[in-house]
Amino acid sequence: MLDFILNILATPAMLVGLLAMVGLILQKKPVEDVIKGTIKTIVGFLVLSAGAGVIQTESLNAFGELFNWTFNMTGTVPNNEAIVAMALTKFGLDTSYIMVIGLILNIVLARFSKMHYIFLTGHHSLYMACMLAVLLGPLGGLSGFTLWLAGGCLLAFISAFSPWFLHSSMEKIVETDELGFGHFGGFGYWVAAQCGKLFKGGKSTEDLDFPQRLTFLRDTTVSIGITMVVFFLVVTAVAVGKGILKQDPSQFANLAELMGAGDTKTHWAVWAIKRGLNFAGAVYIILSGVRLIVGELVPAFKGIAEKLVPGAVPAIDCPVVFPYAPNAVLIGFLVSFLGGVVGLIVLIALNNAGLGLALILPGVVPHFFCGASAGVFGNAEGGIKGCVLGAFVHGLIITFLPALCMPVFDALDKGSTFSDADFSWMALLFGNLAKVVKGVPLLIICVVVFLLPMVLSGFKNGQENK
Amino acid sequence: MAKIHKIMCCCGSGLGSSLMVQMNIEKALKNLGIGGVEVDHTSLSEISVRSADLFVVGKDIAPRIKDYPRVVVLNKIMSMKELTEKLEQAFAIEGDEIHIAR
Repeated sequence: MLDFILNILATPAMLVGLLAMVGLILQKKPVEDVIKGTIKTIVGFLVLSAGAGVIQTESLNAFGELFNWTFNMTGTVPNNEAIVAMALTKFGLDTSYIMVIGLILNIVLARFSKMHYIFLTGHHSLYMACMLAVLLGPLGGLSGFTLWLAGGCLLAFISAFSPWFLHSSMEKIVETDELGFGHFGGFGYWVAAQCGKLFKGGKSTEDLDFPQRLTFLRDTTVSIGITMVVFFLVVTAVAVGKGILKQDPSQFANLAELMGAGDTKTHWAVWAIKRGLNFAGAVYIILSGVRLIVGELVPAFKGIAEKLVPGAVPAIDCPVVFPYAPNAVLIGFLVSFLGGVVGLIVLIALNNAGLGLALILPGVVPHFFCGASAGVFGNAEGGIKGCVLGAFVHGLIITFLPALCMPVFDALDKGSTFSDADFSWMALLFGNLAKVVKGVPLLIICVVVFLLPMVLSGFKNGQENK
Repeated sequence: MAKIHKIMCCCGSGLGSSLMVQMNIEKALKNLGIGGVEVDHTSLSEISVRSADLFVVGKDIAPRIKDYPRVVVLNKIMSMKELTEKLEQAFAIEGDEIHIAR
């Protein structure tokens, strides 16, 4: 029996299922809802793992090998879903525990500090927990409970800190202080807002008549499909031009189909389109899995947090600000993407100068969701000019920061990486810290980072500070 | 179709804000005393006109589902007041066409 229980607690899918079950019971849901929610959560985790397999074997492995052969550099596609799904196959258990401890400690922070935000963007909590597991575990030499506690402390900290440093601009957008912005691109939006402040009181983007047709790119399957097909086509075309098809196929582990090793010949362009769309398909699978997990955990978390922290402010995912400035959303996306392209050109130049940085390819998804948010924040502070400058700088940030972060993710596959700005600065700060300070001292630093906001607020109830 | 049995919320990747709106709808229906309605959330990639009797989205998503017969559009996506008023209106409509935007 003990073996059985320990095994459940050591199987990530079962563990999150168990947590969802506890959450549902605490919400006093009827039995059928408890059964439904528990099973959906476990299935979600399994679906997510399946997506990780697809993304590697059907798309990213081939892309990495091809890119490397063609340009003699590492090409990286920033995509949270891809990197997390792959990382969870190794770090699933640590991620689950860090997430739970992080959520609980988030409630503590919201209750006893001035940062009274409850971070409700569950998929970002999951991704951040995963990243912390990767950084504090292999790099920082922590494992088991010490890893979970250290990770939980940092997750709780960033969950309350990110909405807190955005709150004054957020208030200008939504015209209430009862909504927080819960998205781990926070640093990028903060910079965009500061850029906006340079043009105080300018004409708003919403006074423009801007065509809305580009909103179709918000469909992630479509936007990921388009980008990855373009990436694959460009790289494959250059590779074919360089004569890859005349090379010995046995030197490539993942390109058998392109090299025509089988009986049927595949045209290189057809191969490239298919592989590009495979990536979109895999992300579709992963998102379905994440939706099943998060859909059960977040309501329970919200219910418990509301009971324990009266006056807590919910921090909501980025589309919460989109209806307030639909034009800024599209301008922000386009300009941020332009920033990503300019950033990529600079990275190529730096690479040729011998700096050996990974090339961060401009993914439409981070530029859409994060760039759009940066545009809205820039517009709120400084109108059209603020929106354009803010989104452009944001585009540069989410290109350079992930490139600088690559060395701390040695434990992960190189094909993809975390895209949003808070992931990057947390990784730069705590990843490099974990390289120097390991074990118990690292744990102590993480606990101090968690305690500090409460000490600075004098352990006051968040409500009294409002 | 007449009665609303299922409500679907939708956002870009179907993970964050649509789930928030789902929770708000569940709360609002409870407050309005309306039972027996299933509420779910999904992504723009997966949404289809047959997947529910009523769709609730933010203003920024509205152009993507403008051909759907029964749509409630939220200007302030997290406003309980706006949501409750619009749901009350939607449930009062007998016909097959529901378009509540303002």
